[in-house]
Amino acid sequence: MKNRSLISINDYSKEEILHILKIAEEFEANPRQKILENHVIASLFFEPSTRTRLSFESAIMQLGGKVIGFTDASSSSVKKGESLRDTIETISLYSDLIVMRHPLEGSSRFASELNDTPVINAGDGANQHPTQCLLDLYSIMQTQNTLDGLDIALVGDLKYGRTVHSLVIALSMFKNTRFHLVSPFELKLPRSIKDFIIANGHTYEQYTDISQVIEKTDILYMTRIQQERFADQLEYERVKNSYILENSMLENSRDNLRILHPMPRVNEIDENVDTNEKAHYFQQAQNGVFVRQALLASILGLR
Amino acid sequence: MENKKTELKVSALENGTVIDHIPTGHVLQVMRILNLENFEDQIYFGANLDSKKYGKKGLIKVSNRFFEDLEINKISLVAPTATLIEIRNFDVTKKSGVTIPDTVEGFAKCINPKCITNHQKVATKFYVTDKDDLKMKCHYCEKITKKNDVEFL
Repeated sequence: MKNRSLISINDYSKEEILHILKIAEEFEANPRQKILENHVIASLFFEPSTRTRLSFESAIMQLGGKVIGFTDASSSSVKKGESLRDTIETISLYSDLIVMRHPLEGSSRFASELNDTPVINAGDGANQHPTQCLLDLYSIMQTQNTLDGLDIALVGDLKYGRTVHSLVIALSMFKNTRFHLVSPFELKLPRSIKDFIIANGHTYEQYTDISQVIEKTDILYMTRIQQERFADQLEYERVKNSYILENSMLENSRDNLRILHPMPRVNEIDENVDTNEKAHYFQQAQNGVFVRQALLASILGLR
Repeated sequence: MENKKTELKVSALENGTVIDHIPTGHVLQVMRILNLENFEDQIYFGANLDSKKYGKKGLIKVSNRFFEDLEINKISLVAPTATLIEIRNFDVTKKSGVTIPDTVEGFAKCINPKCITNHQKVATKFYVTDKDDLKMKCHYCEKITKKNDVEFL
């Protein structure tokens, strides 16, 4: 995978994904190795981000690499009207690899095709966020020891949630996933993605109540429901509390159940869940560092 | 009494191209795609003409102008049924259909307002995913543009 950009999760085959997850295990065991000492990585965040940017920068620094870049477009020459082409062409002369987040969709693909400097997409608008998808897969593998034959419950905004769509597509590369889709009627998973599930030999069921799936799933993947997604505000008021997870609801869940969330959470997971051993979302956020270390090492030809 | 003419007579082409069987309602769009609006030689065009095959059709006759395949395939996105007839010295020298290409580069607009191609100088590029009921996937933002949404740059 040397020098190959990662723009969309679809750019990687199942074998390549498993390869990255394998390397991530090595970094989980030993995250501080000075393998990037002679490398400069550009971290270009044209719009703000907390978790993604900091976990990338932590991943780089723990491996001894140097980071250059900006944390939002207002502190760069973009503010002066510079084109993305010129920004990327210039910064690729200063760095070995570019990590970028940009509000326009397709911007990372465009940047990756300008020259030989590899690009990792850290989010291009509502389009793709492949490193989130990889860390989700890693967290599932870490807690279930497999990516085959699992019951995966996806809860919340399944219509607009970019991470949910990527995760469904990635899990569809594996065997016999049973998807349990829990969402308000207005925020159901798009038809095209449900067709994709079936076409790849998996199954799904749809629910409107989270309590219907808690006892029959291995992974409970929670997402935030945003008020502005509802055309009818009364509908939002009516459903908002049916997608909040409380500790008491987990009583009869499977022993191997683990709860994931791409974060940030607002109120959809009550804080009383945090101390439950089944809560895995902070480890999930930490896994973001190991997976990004694995990607950097792989793309720079160091693993 | 003189026979009343019921058809509009259009003079035959000596040299040029007839684009026949254009879906009715798309004639002006085809003119625009082929940049015939700025063409200086004679052009006849008609819409809502009777067609045995399609009921109604559009047609364009262009004098002294011939088209390369690449150029003409652009119109396949809105006029997949079009037939091209090349005429030289009043004789039909070539008759052909149009083909929807596998990739569409540089002349169609992406439907996604947040796509990079709609904000910066980036040539558009699509992969045609359905030729029967036209659907094109943007190389950049990965969104699908459908037949009725196709706009030309």
